[in-house]
Amino acid sequence: MNREVLLELKDLHTFFKVKSGILKAVNGIDLTIYKGESIGLVGESGCGKSTLGKTIMRLYKPQKGQVLYKGKDIWDFNKKELLQYRKDIQMIFQDPYASFDPLTIIGDTIAEGMDIHRMHQGKERSNKILELLKLIGLGREHMNRFPHEFSGGQRQRVGIARALALEPQLIVCDEPISALDVSIQAQIVNLLNKLQKEVGVSYLFITHDLSMVKQISDRIAVMYLGSLVEISPSEEIYEKNYHPYTKALLSAIPIPDPIIEKKRKRIILNGDIPSPVNLKEECAFVSRCPYATEECRCKRPELKEISPDHFVSCFNADKIEALENQSF
Amino acid sequence: MEEKKKILEIKNLSVSFDTYAGEVQAVRDASWDVMEGETVAIVGESGCGKTVTIQTVMGINRTDNCRIKSGEILFKGDDLVKKTRKEMHKYQGKDMSIIFQDPFTYLNPTSKVRNQIREGYLKHYKVSKKEANEKVIELLKIVNIPNPERVAKQYPHELSGGMRQRVMIAMALICNPKILFADEPTTALDVTVQAQIIDLMNQLKDDFQASIVLITHDMGVVANMADRIYVMYAGKIVEHGLSEDIFYHPKHPYTIGLLQAAPRLDQKKQDLQYSIPGTPPDLINPPKGCPFAARCPHTMNICVEEFPENVYFGDNNHFAACWLNHPACLKEKQIGGEKV
Repeated sequence: MNREVLLELKDLHTFFKVKSGILKAVNGIDLTIYKGESIGLVGESGCGKSTLGKTIMRLYKPQKGQVLYKGKDIWDFNKKELLQYRKDIQMIFQDPYASFDPLTIIGDTIAEGMDIHRMHQGKERSNKILELLKLIGLGREHMNRFPHEFSGGQRQRVGIARALALEPQLIVCDEPISALDVSIQAQIVNLLNKLQKEVGVSYLFITHDLSMVKQISDRIAVMYLGSLVEISPSEEIYEKNYHPYTKALLSAIPIPDPIIEKKRKRIILNGDIPSPVNLKEECAFVSRCPYATEECRCKRPELKEISPDHFVSCFNADKIEALENQSF
Repeated sequence: MEEKKKILEIKNLSVSFDTYAGEVQAVRDASWDVMEGETVAIVGESGCGKTVTIQTVMGINRTDNCRIKSGEILFKGDDLVKKTRKEMHKYQGKDMSIIFQDPFTYLNPTSKVRNQIREGYLKHYKVSKKEANEKVIELLKIVNIPNPERVAKQYPHELSGGMRQRVMIAMALICNPKILFADEPTTALDVTVQAQIIDLMNQLKDDFQASIVLITHDMGVVANMADRIYVMYAGKIVEHGLSEDIFYHPKHPYTIGLLQAAPRLDQKKQDLQYSIPGTPPDLINPPKGCPFAARCPHTMNICVEEFPENVYFGDNNHFAACWLNHPACLKEKQIGGEKV
C-alpha cells in the first residue's frame, strides 16, 4: 500500500504533576496517521484520549517521545513552520457553544483563522465565508447571526466550517457529536464523511461511542488508561477482536433491538477505570481483566501485529481466543 | 399484563412555562399510565417535554412561571394536580422517587453520602439516626458499592461517576418507592459503567417490586429495559406500544426515523447514515397540525392543517397519531408493518 504518512506519534508520553504523584495521561503511544484517512480513537472518560488530541495540537508538551509532522518534530519547528502547522491541524470541540465567542457574528468567527493567516482578503473573504456556509448547509442570512441564534447541530456545523476555512490536512475532532441528539448526530457524521470525500482531509475522531465511530473511521484505535490496546481496520474490529477490553467495551453497548438485546451475553467489567496516578509497569488493564496472569503484572505488553494492519497489546490474545471458542 | 393494576395514570396533561419570549407549551395533552412492576420508557429528543412530564408528576417544578393548564395525575386514586406543594412532600421520596442524569449536580457537595441517603428515610419514618445509618449501609450493599462503611462517610467529590449514580439509586430506593423515575440515568456515564447500572436497575426492579419510568433518547438502553414505550415529540405522545411493537412494527414516521438514526453495532458501514432532516419545532408557537410535518418524508396537506387522532392497532393498545394510518388515507401511502 502506498500511503503518505501525515503525522506520526512515537513513544509519546504526556504527564501531569498532581498532588499525589505523577498522572500519566498518555503513556507510550505509537500511532501513524496517513493522508486522507480517518482514525477513530475510542475509550472511556479519563483514558487520556483528549490529552492525546491536545498533545497533537501542540497544547501540551510531551515529557517523552515525539509528534512528527511530515517527518519533523513539532517542538523543533521555527516560527514559520509553526504557523503552517497551526494552519494545517485544526480542531472541532465537544461543546460548540462554549467554543464560540458569544459577541462575534458567525461570519467573523469562521474568518478569524483566515485573517490571521492572511488567506483571503476583501471581496474574496466574504465569498469564501459564503462558500463554507453553503458547504455545511447554511446560507448568506446566517453570516451575520450570533452563536446563540443557532441550534446545537447548526453550531457544530459552524465549528466544522471554521476548521475547514484554513484548508487543513488533519482535523482533530474531540467528541464532536456526543453533545447532540441522535437524529442530529447522524447529520454531522454524514457531513464529515461528505467533506472528507470532497476535500480529502484526515480526521482523528475522538469519541467514547463505538457504534457511531464505525460510520466514520477507516481504522479504530482503542485506548485504555493512557495506552493503545488495539488498533484495527474499522470493519474488522467488530467482527474479530482480541483484547479483553475491546471485547468488554463492545459487549457493553446496547443494541436497539429488544430480542437480540435481551438474548445477548454480556461481559460486565467490575469497578471503575483505575486512577492514572503513579501507574506501575504492568498491563494497564490487569486490574479488571478476567484473564490476567502473572506475566501481565510484571511487564507491559507491546502492540503486536496479529493480522495485517491489526495490532493488539495483550500477552494472552491467542489463549483468550482459544478459551472463548471452547465455551461455545 | 391484564391482571396488573394501574399504579399511575396521567390524563390529558398540559404544562406551560411563562417566559419573556412567550408561553412555552412544554407538554401538550399527554396521557400515559404505568402498571405495577413494569418498566415504561418515554423516548424523544431533547426539548420534547419528557423531563417536564415527570417533574410535574413528582411535583418538583411547581414554580411561579410553570402552569399545569389541564389534566389529572392519578396516583392510587388521588389527583396530584390538586395537591399543594407541601402536600406533595408526603409522596416525594416515599411513594415515588427520581434519579437524575447528572448525579454530581444533584448531590450536595458539602454533605456526607450517608447523611444525604438517610434524609428521606428520617423524614418519612419515625426512626432513630442509628437505625437509619444501618439502613444506609444495607442499601449501599444492595447497589453493589464496595466497602460501604467507608463510602458512607465520604463526600460526593471523592466518588467516581458510576459510584455517584449508585448513591443516587440508593437514595431513591431507601423508602421502598412504588415508582422510580429515571431521567436519563446513564447518559452521563461511560458505556461499561452504563452496562453495570442497567443491570443493577433491572435487578432492583424485581427485588423491590417497583415500577420504573425510564426517560432516555438511547434506543439501545430502551431495548434492554423497557416493557412498554411512549414516543414523545414536541410535547405530544405520538406513538405508544409494547417494546416489540415499537421496535418491529413502528407506525409513526418519527419513530421509524428515530430507530433508523440510532447507530447499530451489528450493522455494516454505510455511505450515508440515516438522519432526520431539520430540527424539532419551537414550542412557543407550536404548529397547529402535526408537529412532525415539517420533517416528515410523507407530509400531506392535512398534516399541516390538523393534528391527527390516535389510530389503534391490535390488542395491546398500540397507537400512533399519524394521518398515514387513518382509514381515509390512501392504501398505498399507509405505513406497512414491515420491520425497519
